[in-house]
Amino acid sequence: MDFPTFLIQLLNSVQYGLLLFMLAAGLTLIFGIMGVVNLAHGSFYMLGAYLAYWLSTLMGSLTLAIIVGIALAVLFGLALEWLLFRHFYERDHLDQVLLTFGLIYIFEELRSILWGDDVHGVTIPEALSASIPLTDNLSYPVYRLFMSAVCIALALGLYWLIAKTRLGMKIRAGAFNRDMTEALGINIKLIHAVVFALGVGLAAVAGMIASPISSVYPNMGSQVLIMCFVVVVIGGIGSVRGALISALLVGLADTFGKVLLPSMSGMLVYMLMAAVLLWKPEGLFKA
Amino acid sequence: MSSPKANLEILPRGVQIALGLGLVALLAFPWVGTDFYTQMVTRMLIMAIFAMSLDLLQGVTGLVSLGHAAYFGLAGYALAFLMPQDAAVSLWWTLPVAVLASALAALIIGFFVVRTHGIYFIMVTMAFAQMVFFLFFDNKILGGSDGLYINFKPSAQVFGFTLFDLENKITFYYVTLVLALLVYVFLRRLLWSPLGRALSGIRINEHRMKAMGFGTFGYKLTAFTIAGGLAGLAGYLWGAQSGFVNPELMGFHMSAHAIMMVILGGMGNFAGAFVGAFTFEYVLHVLKDLPTLQMFGKDINLGKHWQLWMGTFIVLVVIFAPRGLMGLAERFLQKREYPKGNSK
Repeated sequence: MDFPTFLIQLLNSVQYGLLLFMLAAGLTLIFGIMGVVNLAHGSFYMLGAYLAYWLSTLMGSLTLAIIVGIALAVLFGLALEWLLFRHFYERDHLDQVLLTFGLIYIFEELRSILWGDDVHGVTIPEALSASIPLTDNLSYPVYRLFMSAVCIALALGLYWLIAKTRLGMKIRAGAFNRDMTEALGINIKLIHAVVFALGVGLAAVAGMIASPISSVYPNMGSQVLIMCFVVVVIGGIGSVRGALISALLVGLADTFGKVLLPSMSGMLVYMLMAAVLLWKPEGLFKA
Repeated sequence: MSSPKANLEILPRGVQIALGLGLVALLAFPWVGTDFYTQMVTRMLIMAIFAMSLDLLQGVTGLVSLGHAAYFGLAGYALAFLMPQDAAVSLWWTLPVAVLASALAALIIGFFVVRTHGIYFIMVTMAFAQMVFFLFFDNKILGGSDGLYINFKPSAQVFGFTLFDLENKITFYYVTLVLALLVYVFLRRLLWSPLGRALSGIRINEHRMKAMGFGTFGYKLTAFTIAGGLAGLAGYLWGAQSGFVNPELMGFHMSAHAIMMVILGGMGNFAGAFVGAFTFEYVLHVLKDLPTLQMFGKDINLGKHWQLWMGTFIVLVVIFAPRGLMGLAERFLQKREYPKGNSK
């Protein structure tokens, strides 16, 4: 592997890892703070991608579509939390697994009714459609760099929100001791709703910005969900920092696995997970 | 879930009578039902074996596996590999080999997964099942995404004499019924054996079991391996009955369906899993077969959208009957047996 190819693969793996992080962060936060296993998290990614497709054909601009799409996704998250999830925070994991599995069926069918079962493409905005030439015949698309930049910006924003703001302090307090936080007069239900909507929003943004390069297709949520599970398990459930590091690891393993060991690529990530579990059964960073 | 009584390990008299009547109905069914329904009930019996095998983990030991379909599918694939293109292979050695293959896979994967707890266990079992899924999905030699065909039913010859002919649908039905009953009896016996008591203890309080000197890792691994082997028995029968296997058999949806069957019936007593499997498969059949309606001036095929109804059904069961049909039956029977509320 020569240097330009290596560089392209490295950039791809970082971009994939960061995208996984956007989903895994929401998943791990929702588990860490509310104690909910959310199998339907992949559906929010799918929702984002379909919103991007639908709104961008409707409004003619992906940027505009993303802004409106985020608002719609967050509203959807809040409604879902209020209607269903809120009543399952104290329930057994088994019930949560089944509830969210049922939701996957519902969301998939609604997607099929609303937008059909065809594969759709989303066009990259004019300003980001260029490629940076690396050698005579190799180049790297600007849009992928843009995706990574958006993910990094959101990751930093998330860090700032949780570590530096008053709201973040309340979120951390709620995760640490729910009853005590409530006794101090903090509206924990509101905090939970915010965290849930944040998770849905992050997943939807990931789906939206990924839609031009991955295209939009049925069941796109399930595949990414399982990868996110692996990321969360390796990183340690509830740990956002662990999710970031493990998402990058998984991105590297998956991308380079496809190039170096194509026949094993599907399994490589799971072997990485098995190795981590043998070494640290509770993930790299125990929350 | 963690309280010992919640599992209804001792079946009330009313439930026992209902199960006995159900058995009589199952024995008589092929004389009444058409070929189509006999095959459907055979399929239900196979799923009942699968659901009971999961109940050993989910209901008895308190381990929620979201990857149980991997062991189901592996045995089906084992049969597909062992069956030559042009002749039937013997049941007598392929069945044990297929079951052992599943049990071995469960032993190896179990070694990694039973050291984890709670939500980790859910996620890790799912991830490992997905690994098995992709192994078969990605490799053309293993059938790839299309799967493999099984051209014949396994033959049950003993020294050249055919004991029973599985090509006959009614014979297949009774063989499956006998196997399902054997699995039920085996698991009920296991539930009251020292191993079963230890597994129940692990569900209720694993730390205390450890403090009492039980090596819980070994017990959980044993349960995981037995459950994997029995799921393999179901998968073998599934492959033999339907004549093909594909990666979907090991998929995430199959695993989740099995969890749903166990929940729907009621966990931890195997009778619930049995009833749950029948109910779930029947509901699935009804939903996929819904009629086309004339609404808003359009033809709306309700059956085409079965996923919507299935999803809603699952959500409603979780909200309103989280302890399943057995839980409902128990509540109903208790009210009847102790009308004055002097049950304490």
